[in-house]
Amino acid sequence: MIRSAVLVLAGLILAAEPAFPGGIAPSDKRSGLAEMGPELQAMQRDDTAHPGMLWVQDGADLWARAPTGGAPACSGCHGEARASMRGVAARYPAWDARNGRPIDLQDRINLCRRTHQHVEPLAYESADLLGLTAFVATQSRGMPIAPPEDPRLAPARREGRALFEARMGQLGLSCAICHDDHWGRHLGAAAIPQGHPTGYPLYRLEWQGMGSLQRRLRNCMSGMRAEPYPFGAPDYIALELYLAERAAPLPVETPALRP
Amino acid sequence: MRVRRPAALRLLALASAAAASATRAEEIALPLRPVAVVGDAIPASLTEEAGDPARGRAIVLDRTRGLCLLCHPGPFPEERFQGNLAPDLTGVGARLSEGQLRLRIVDGRLLNPQTIMPSYYSLAGRLRVAAAWQGRPILAAREIEDVVTFLTGLRDPAPGDRTAPVMRPAP
Ligand code: HEC
Ligand code: HEC
Repeated sequence: MIRSAVLVLAGLILAAEPAFPGGIAPSDKRSGLAEMGPELQAMQRDDTAHPGMLWVQDGADLWARAPTGGAPACSGCHGEARASMRGVAARYPAWDARNGRPIDLQDRINLCRRTHQHVEPLAYESADLLGLTAFVATQSRGMPIAPPEDPRLAPARREGRALFEARMGQLGLSCAICHDDHWGRHLGAAAIPQGHPTGYPLYRLEWQGMGSLQRRLRNCMSGMRAEPYPFGAPDYIALELYLAERAAPLPVETPALRP
Repeated sequence: MRVRRPAALRLLALASAAAASATRAEEIALPLRPVAVVGDAIPASLTEEAGDPARGRAIVLDRTRGLCLLCHPGPFPEERFQGNLAPDLTGVGARLSEGQLRLRIVDGRLLNPQTIMPSYYSLAGRLRVAAAWQGRPILAAREIEDVVTFLTGLRDPAPGDRTAPVMRPAP
């Protein structure tokens, strides 16, 4: 009797440890979609009203268009994206064995351009890179985010967590202060979301356009009056790895819509 | 659909804002004045001149200068969208002395090392500060005094008890 009570107590104490990344219980975990009003939610769900679908359409065209110089189109190697790209975005960032580093989906697309299509990488935040990335990620819509258990990713993911929890900038804030400790509260007019990377690239009304996850992270860093990392920096990939683990198994929403 | 915001316009707005606050920019780039902590307070003013409560009020309400209402609610019914990450500023001048208020704004970490409130007049322990803000406090000494003077005047109690922040139940 006493022994079982002690065991129950021990179980409770163990449960009180922050067992989940960020300390957000699985039952509380929710996408920024849940933070929006019904009109914006409806707009995200209706492909005919969603401005982000224009980028996805452009991405579909690029997928099938061969670059000049005789190399194949994306579809030349991968065929129907609906089949071959299904689930890919749900497991990125992933390990790139050739270069021995973690890469995100945008990097993957640019690596394919360089090695298989022999053309220049697309510029960060260009309409073409956003369109192609959104088109590929849209093939995983509704699938749970499922980061690979590849041990080679562990060091960068740990580093991502350290960055997430580090105070920075003139205001001395951290990602964790807002997104782990104060989600659901209001920072002035803005409802603070849990900060899950479920819908990128996404259409943001404030941007009046599409943007990548790195653009979002730069916005948050500027808000802290911290110097954003340059586009493509390994620090972003590390943060993206941790964010994916923290968000799993929320579903992929690309292209999402946000205020 | 792809309406880009006219970047030139935005730059213009920034440039004129910079011109208007040139004196402030000069002031804020000066080396920090020494502060003398006594207990949980900084009793002595940071400036020779007294603070101006009207200017202090403008700073507190300005979401790009004081930033206060991003986190704190306060007795400002005309201000929409006040934050709720921090205690209500209603009646704060009756709860805390002038020196206690000054210390909490200059560097709240002296009282609570974990505080999320930014340290408005300290350069200690900062990492990756964006170029535009490097080497400068969030507010200049004169502005700190304006804010402190304004807060000491916030003495009316709240209609109900609004001093406690609304807490979400712990997960
Ligand atoms: C001071 C508060 C604050 C800090 C610090 C902060 N964020 Fe955010 N973040 C927000 C708010 C508020 C939003 C919602 C968008 C908006 O209104 O700007 C947001 C949005 C996001 C989103 C998008 C979520 C979605 O649904 O699309 C991600 C991802 C994110 N933040 C990650 C981060 C990371 C990583 C850091 C640190 C490098 C960080 N944030 C720092 C307040 C913050
Ligand atoms: C990023 C959030 C944030 C911002 C911005 C902020 N504060 Fe605070 N402030 C807090 C928190 C949280 C506390 C609670 C005490 C603690 O955490 O140490 C606090 C405490 C205080 C207190 C003590 C209140 C009491 O009842 O004991 C005063 C006074 C105060 N802040 C004034 C200001 C003023 C004035 C500004 C702007 C110039 C400001 N704060 C900006 C978060 C903030």
